[in-house]
Amino acid sequence: MNHLDPQRHVRGESQYLDDVPVQQGTLYAAVYESPLAHGVLKSLDLRAAQKAPGVVRILTAADIPGRNQIGGIVPDEPLLAEGHVHFRGQPVALVLARTEAQAHAALKLIAADIEPLPIITDPRQAAAQGELIVPPRTFRIGDSGAAFAGCAHVFEGVAESGGQEHLYIETQAAYAFPTELGGVKIISSTQGPTAVQRHCAVVLGIGMHQIEVDVTRLGGGFGGKEDQATPWGCLAALGAYVTKKPVKLVLDRMADMRMTGKRHPYSSDFKIGLSADLKILAYEVTYYQNAGASADLSPAVLERTLFHTTNAYCIPHVTATANSCRTNLPPNTAFRGFGGPQGMFVIESAITKAAEELGVLPSDIQRRNLLREGDLFPYRQPAEMCHAEQAWDTAAELFDLAGERAKIASFNAKNRLFKKGLALMPICFGISFTKTFMNQTRALVHIYTDGSVGISTGAVEMGQGVNTKIAQVAARTLGISISRIKIETTNTTRVANTSPSAASATADLNGKATEMACQALRERLLRHASTEFSVEYEGIAIENEQVLAAGIPAETTWEKLVSSAFVRRVALTENAHYATPGVHFDAGTESGHPFAYHVYGTALTTATVDCLRGTYTIDSVRIAHDFGQSFSPAIDRGQIEGGAVQGIGWMTLEEVSYNDEGRLLSNSLNSYKIPDLYSVPAVLDVHFLDTPGHPNAILRAKAVGEPPLMYGIGAYFALRAAIQAFRPGVALPLMAPMTPERVLGGLYPEVVAVEQVRVAS
Amino acid sequence: MISFFLNDQPIHTTEPAASALLDFVRYHEHLMGTKIGCREGDCGACTVLVGELVEADQRIAYQSMTSCLTPLGNVHGKHVVTVEGINQGSGQLTPVQQAIVDHNGAQCGFCTVGFVMSLTGHSLASTPATEQNTRAAIDGNICRCTGYKSLERAAAALTATLAERPSTDKVKWLQERHFVPAYFEEMPARLATLRAKIAVSEAPAAAASGSQVATGSVVSTSPHGHFQSQNGHDSNSFPHATHPLLSGGTDLLVQRLDELRQQPVRLLFDQNDRRGVHQVAGRVVLGAATTASQLLESEVMRGLLPRLPAYLKLVSSTPIRNMGTVAGNFVNASPIGDLTILFLALGADVTLQNVAGESRSLPLAELYLGYKKLAKAAEEQVTKISFPAPQVGDLFNFEKVSKRTHLDIASVNTAAWLRLENGLIVAARLSAGGVGPVPLLLARTSEYLVGRELSAETVAGANEVMQAEISPISDVRGTAAYKRLLLRQLLFAHFLRFVPEMTLAELI
Repeated sequence: MNHLDPQRHVRGESQYLDDVPVQQGTLYAAVYESPLAHGVLKSLDLRAAQKAPGVVRILTAADIPGRNQIGGIVPDEPLLAEGHVHFRGQPVALVLARTEAQAHAALKLIAADIEPLPIITDPRQAAAQGELIVPPRTFRIGDSGAAFAGCAHVFEGVAESGGQEHLYIETQAAYAFPTELGGVKIISSTQGPTAVQRHCAVVLGIGMHQIEVDVTRLGGGFGGKEDQATPWGCLAALGAYVTKKPVKLVLDRMADMRMTGKRHPYSSDFKIGLSADLKILAYEVTYYQNAGASADLSPAVLERTLFHTTNAYCIPHVTATANSCRTNLPPNTAFRGFGGPQGMFVIESAITKAAEELGVLPSDIQRRNLLREGDLFPYRQPAEMCHAEQAWDTAAELFDLAGERAKIASFNAKNRLFKKGLALMPICFGISFTKTFMNQTRALVHIYTDGSVGISTGAVEMGQGVNTKIAQVAARTLGISISRIKIETTNTTRVANTSPSAASATADLNGKATEMACQALRERLLRHASTEFSVEYEGIAIENEQVLAAGIPAETTWEKLVSSAFVRRVALTENAHYATPGVHFDAGTESGHPFAYHVYGTALTTATVDCLRGTYTIDSVRIAHDFGQSFSPAIDRGQIEGGAVQGIGWMTLEEVSYNDEGRLLSNSLNSYKIPDLYSVPAVLDVHFLDTPGHPNAILRAKAVGEPPLMYGIGAYFALRAAIQAFRPGVALPLMAPMTPERVLGGLYPEVVAVEQVRVAS
Repeated sequence: MISFFLNDQPIHTTEPAASALLDFVRYHEHLMGTKIGCREGDCGACTVLVGELVEADQRIAYQSMTSCLTPLGNVHGKHVVTVEGINQGSGQLTPVQQAIVDHNGAQCGFCTVGFVMSLTGHSLASTPATEQNTRAAIDGNICRCTGYKSLERAAAALTATLAERPSTDKVKWLQERHFVPAYFEEMPARLATLRAKIAVSEAPAAAASGSQVATGSVVSTSPHGHFQSQNGHDSNSFPHATHPLLSGGTDLLVQRLDELRQQPVRLLFDQNDRRGVHQVAGRVVLGAATTASQLLESEVMRGLLPRLPAYLKLVSSTPIRNMGTVAGNFVNASPIGDLTILFLALGADVTLQNVAGESRSLPLAELYLGYKKLAKAAEEQVTKISFPAPQVGDLFNFEKVSKRTHLDIASVNTAAWLRLENGLIVAARLSAGGVGPVPLLLARTSEYLVGRELSAETVAGANEVMQAEISPISDVRGTAAYKRLLLRQLLFAHFLRFVPEMTLAELI
């Protein structure tokens, strides 16, 4: 969102990829996908398709001039299948035709001869067969094995969380143009322009300088376009490079859903040990991450699961092991939270299981074990400027936890077929890319001679409001009106070697780089002013477009200052490089200081279950959140509300399902449901905690992108509490999402069990 | 030739009648404000307004529709409004746009225009501007980012503004407040002129074809993959009995767009004699092209089924209800069609007409021979639906459970109608969807109920019979076991609706 983006959005004037006017001669691409989830690709019959009306060329792996490789972390992912196919929906060939309809029609004429191989869709089965993407990793603090012996209570269990389809409303797309120097310019709907550029260069076998990637904005990303915009960018580029014509590739919704990865499903074993007074002493967990057919970002997602294995709790003895399991599904990928939510779901499940077994409230255990200042995370970074207890206590008081409990108890006593439940969900989320080197970026700021300002950074705008924040930072730093500032498209020729817009860190990184560039420009202009207008440099400032000397307006305005500086040959452009200070991590010892800071908060969620029908409503989510010193409260509130609702979706109705053949069953918007207007809680309150922010956060306003998603986990446990109010003591599996089907199964477990036997027999 | 107004411009096109309005707007007219999200009516990013003349051509009634599923032929003689058609030339925002900006209702912006159009449609509609109605206007719009709370706040602000809206001269009022540009006031007259011209040009053709407008001989494609007629006119393109029938488009344009836009189609949506609900003696008669929205607005239906608004709130969304027809729901033959289930329990008959103009009627339940297999020849069309009007004292209820409560396809749906005399059930119809290959009228269960009391024992017995009468399968909407349990629960729900104080042992 540029600061004027909302005005353009409501008028339909914001340009997304498919809105770019089409160049003459453009060819339309369609992707032929593997019809089987695993097999030997013996041959491909393209003859009929090549003769189809309008078809210009069909490209396969053999047509790739460089390397057929787009794996970002592990080189295990071909752009087009070669030799084998590893998931249903894997790109095998690219049809280029004069019209989109012709390209799609030709797909039906392609036949692949594939010798089937066994299909694995279950991560535990993959692990059992040694199908791991990378070696397992273990985070360890204390000695959990020994500590269990000293625990008054020990509980074990299994927790499972499902996938989540990104469902950005703008599907994946790219539009590539051959350049006169033998390179390619790509307009891409990507969160990671540099990733598209780097992989295109590899695929085409040319230098990165020959590839220009430009991004105006995305119609939603949520992590789904961090690495997975790359194949479509590379395919369009390949087509443009080979045919010397512009090539446009837009996935239709169902192709997008079939071919792209989603949030990783996890299946996990946990063991939790508590003292008699409910202190968590020991926690062991083994995660089985369903990575899909290739690495994509899975190892990094896996790592973040480990970083958030204890959520907002201090646990002295922890052993957490994570397996990234190769299955024959589309490669799963980044999704808001990036493995953190999956880890947090398991510790919350363990606490809930312990509470249910002990007959205490989960919140009794949660509150007693919250992080305090100086407590060590399992990776040995201390909690600094910790607000875990403040967030909890504020939420409990402000949202009247005791009163809510009493109301729910009274409602449940009075109603037989409707039951309410409540859950608290504290969060603690680390901000930074956990790969330390990625925490760097640059900003390029031009002041034009009329005083207007153009800013380029590595940030991609996808609705999170980063461009508005960058404009605000620049306006504040330069002392000018925001109306003078334009945020340029994200372009690899202006700002190179960028990290993707991800990890909640985009505003911090790019905002800081912008601040540095603007500070340098301001200082330069003020030095010029002190000479030009003979005023003391100390005490000189620009505020509201006025130059002030010791607080008194000097004889010059911003416009005059800029134009006079230009005449005196003062540089009006600045390029600043920012790298987050103090972050480091040693993967050898699995310890260090990977995060610039942590974000805290607590949500109080209530839900009502219709115990006749198994349907439910999430009634209220009230959140006390650690924003630090928000300078864009409207944007930040929107991020919290949106993240929480997405998290509720993940935990309740969003159910990604594949069959045993690796075919996606939830393959369209009619079979995969995301929250609609009516499924949003009637009450969604966000309280801005009084916290000082962090010096590593831009203007001390903490990152807001991912942390709120995890508030949604509270919805799962509130529903669980409501089911137990109807069936006290019922043994419910710890399995998300809590769909109406799972709810009804929990309410009437004996019926479902009986019926399943009947159906099976 | 399809003629209509797109914003303030008259359009005459020979594009195929079954092509999607969305493609025409975006790739033919290059109006890029209308976005493509899903092409199945489930996201609302492509929402536009379609207005047609009413009240002796004095007024245009606008409805929101998802342009991805609107056959181009269905806007013939109408006024189509996209965001470009409501934007103020001055760059000033309309009150709808301003409310969304003021309440930060736009994040990535991709869905935003859909919300703008739905709310603008609501502003133009005659529905009272209550908070509930304003929310309902955007119930077909998905925001993944998700700014629903901000959008709700924007909707609330808008509701307050619209509270002042007069019931007459609405367009003038809206225009003065910049909801819509000035040209809207001239549109009824311009549209009436257009329709008069259409009537003249089509008079002989319509008589010959026995059907309303339909065009679309396909010969080549435009650079954007959208079919264009090569010769620029549509001679010899009138559809014949062998050509597919197309009504609201809400199912067929999801399933068969590519195929349908390559051939002429017989359009059914705008046949005036096929719309509306009337009570004739003891029977209620519906035109086959009556939409779900028209059902909802029908005083006859609401009088007979007071809870109809609650039922229909569970059926798709506002724009889809504006498009989807009752007969379309029947002949789509989905085992889970909501309206089908409702009308099965009402005891509906359908009247079919062949090309020769011969009609026959059969009970709705007998229309279904097997999965997606109908007792209807391809050339036959449904012209009428009728059912015996429920009497005072009859009991009726509709239940539906889906993964998401609204705008979703049911896991299981069911309806029940009972007639009582002296405390005994004397007639019963119980229908259920999602539990067999076709929408089921549960004849044996219904029969079981006859002669029994409204008691827990009856319900338990009915469940036994019902469980033997259904054959659900496991699919993306739930396992077979779940559907069996769910239908039992919904059977209970029917009886708890009829006898709230009933105690069912299974629920304790």
